[in-house]
Amino acid sequence: MASTPPSRRSFLALSGLTVLSVSLTAACGGGDSGSGPTADGKVTFVWWNIATTEPGKSLFPQISSAFTAARPNITIKTTSLENEAFKSKLTANTSSGKLPDVFQTWGGGVLRQQVDAGLVEDLTEAFGWSSDLTPVSLQAYQFEGRTYGVPYDIGMVGFWYNKKLFADAGITAPPATWAELLEDVKKLKAAGITPIALAGKEKWPGHYYWAYLAMRVAGLPALQQAATTKDFTGAGFVQAGTHLKELVDLQPFQTGFLGAGYSSPGGQAATMGNGKAAMELMGQWAPSVQKDAGADLGADLGFFPFPTVDGGVGQVTEVFGGGGGFALRKGAPKEALDFLKFFVLENESKLLASNGYLPVVRGAESQLTDANRKVVADSLVKATGFQLFLDQAYPPAVGQEVNDSVADLIAGKKTPEQVTKSITEAAKGA
Amino acid sequence: MPSSVSTLTKERRQGALPVGPPAPVRSLLHGWGSWASVAWFLLPALVLFLVFVLAPIAVAVCTGFFKWGGTGPMDDFVGFENYAKLFDDQVFLGDLERGLYLIALSITVQLPFALFTAVLLNQRLRGRAVYRMLFFAPYILSEVVTAVLFTMIFLPGAGMADHLAGALGLEGLQGTWLADPSTVMPTLFVVMTWKYFGFHMMLFLAGLQSIPGEILEAASIDGAGVWQRFRHVTLPLLGPTIRISAFLSVVGAIQLFDLVWVMTAGGPNHSSETMAISMFQFGFKRYQVGYASAISVVLFMISLVFSLFYQRYVLRRDLSGAVTSGGGR
Repeated sequence: MASTPPSRRSFLALSGLTVLSVSLTAACGGGDSGSGPTADGKVTFVWWNIATTEPGKSLFPQISSAFTAARPNITIKTTSLENEAFKSKLTANTSSGKLPDVFQTWGGGVLRQQVDAGLVEDLTEAFGWSSDLTPVSLQAYQFEGRTYGVPYDIGMVGFWYNKKLFADAGITAPPATWAELLEDVKKLKAAGITPIALAGKEKWPGHYYWAYLAMRVAGLPALQQAATTKDFTGAGFVQAGTHLKELVDLQPFQTGFLGAGYSSPGGQAATMGNGKAAMELMGQWAPSVQKDAGADLGADLGFFPFPTVDGGVGQVTEVFGGGGGFALRKGAPKEALDFLKFFVLENESKLLASNGYLPVVRGAESQLTDANRKVVADSLVKATGFQLFLDQAYPPAVGQEVNDSVADLIAGKKTPEQVTKSITEAAKGA
Repeated sequence: MPSSVSTLTKERRQGALPVGPPAPVRSLLHGWGSWASVAWFLLPALVLFLVFVLAPIAVAVCTGFFKWGGTGPMDDFVGFENYAKLFDDQVFLGDLERGLYLIALSITVQLPFALFTAVLLNQRLRGRAVYRMLFFAPYILSEVVTAVLFTMIFLPGAGMADHLAGALGLEGLQGTWLADPSTVMPTLFVVMTWKYFGFHMMLFLAGLQSIPGEILEAASIDGAGVWQRFRHVTLPLLGPTIRISAFLSVVGAIQLFDLVWVMTAGGPNHSSETMAISMFQFGFKRYQVGYASAISVVLFMISLVFSLFYQRYVLRRDLSGAVTSGGGR
């Protein structure tokens, strides 16, 4: 019974508590950011990437150990996270104002928010070797003439199609216009072939259709203008939705597409890879994911750019896509940028040889051997205009609304007008 | 808490009377010193509670009054605008409706089913330990594993569910399940039941074991049939367990997240979205942290108000003493 003033025991309790709270504070605050150079010249930095699948899964650690092997004073602490997990974790870190030294970014609106919050290093001066990279690969990381990221991959979205299934349906050449595409869809359906695989559960694959149609009908300047005026109700955007509805009304997608994932078993990539659908609208990574989730179509796989729309202002050479890059935390050690230089310039051929990435270094496209990847890389080099994925280019609230309302349109729950209205509302509210 | 108040008044009354029967619960707390030592012992738990429970709640309530994107200073105070928007949002209103749907089905289908299995497995039955283990096993699986498993079962075209439906002549159901707005909620409920009924079954089994055999025997001697014994002896004596089971079921349905997130991500087109999923969507996908906080506050308030009312009006008898002791204070 402690009726006397608490003495030894409470002192112990107090000291225990102090230890506890100190370790708690350390747990909340310390962890992530590496330290700058210490007295003995040792540098440690933290690197977050999303290389949890092949080829990056084995290639990225190879590159980082090659870098540190030549520079024994540098230690890289790597964390690899799955795409969506990475985004959630980075969101939490952004809120606390502490980003890892080097982190995966797709540029656009999300990076812009981090830049505006003063969390990202401005690389414009230190990144002199950016002239070695293709301008289209850098575009997503540049705001008002300043550069905030280093790309390691760039690509575009287009139709990947099964040549054999097209031939079975009596289609001789890939469609060049939207009207032709709709005709081909009808032919495929008549031949008993599912025309298009779509991951309805994930929403982002659906937004590619609307975005490309908006580019083809209203044109790139209209998309850029809408981003600044926050008004997406223009006739061109409504028409994009109407064209998409024409396609949806043909019921071109696989059974149960509303519940299908993209890379999950039975999802869009597996449906396509297993030859159960004739085409999918997807980015440069499509062949490797098809192989991973389903099977490799090999020589049967072909690529054609998104068709033009009659009466629309957009050209077939204007591309929609994105890639991957790395950004640096404000105040990250300068060795981190050296690492990125090493990663991109000295390992480009390894990245390309792994068949998972497309070139960001000027002239490197000549190293590609695969015919389809060559087509994609060449289209990018010859592109007359570029639009980043809308869910990356716009602030997250707007990008997600694009995904959500286009998904509603595809499910028949929203009209083209309602889509443009919802996006405008989200843009004005964000 | 009414019971503790009455204990204290009793205590005081007893202290005023010099001679009397010994107090039922004798307080060990005399004077300031002992209160101080209690406080010292409580402090670590209290600090943890403050830091990890109360402080986050306070921060969420505060954030809910701002329009905030998750970065930079929180300076756009909007008052109750987030809440006004919330109750104007068709998806959120749908969340509430879907929550009620799951609660209603849990209580009317899942719990009776669990009770039925529990009663069945309480009989002398060959291999009943194996059955008990089998039915309880799904509860031990992680929610994500369960969700992935059922995603494969309900896979359009190739999944087991489609094959079964085909074999049973229910071709109309093929390719729907999780992929059709009109079937996704019943499908989800089936998965929930598969996962959780074993847990409730175990609770009921424990409750059944605590019912003294003499009472049932006495009822038999009085001429009560199987149904009468169940209805008038077993069921009333199982009351506390049923009430706790229902409580856990409701709170679980309100906070449902992982299972749905992995199976459907709230789709197709929000038709299986729950409050927790809406919160995640707005907080971590759209970076509308203020709005997401408002959702979390509403979610918390619903759970809290429900818990308080349930404890006050439904669980009161159970919390103040066992039913078999002839009713508490």
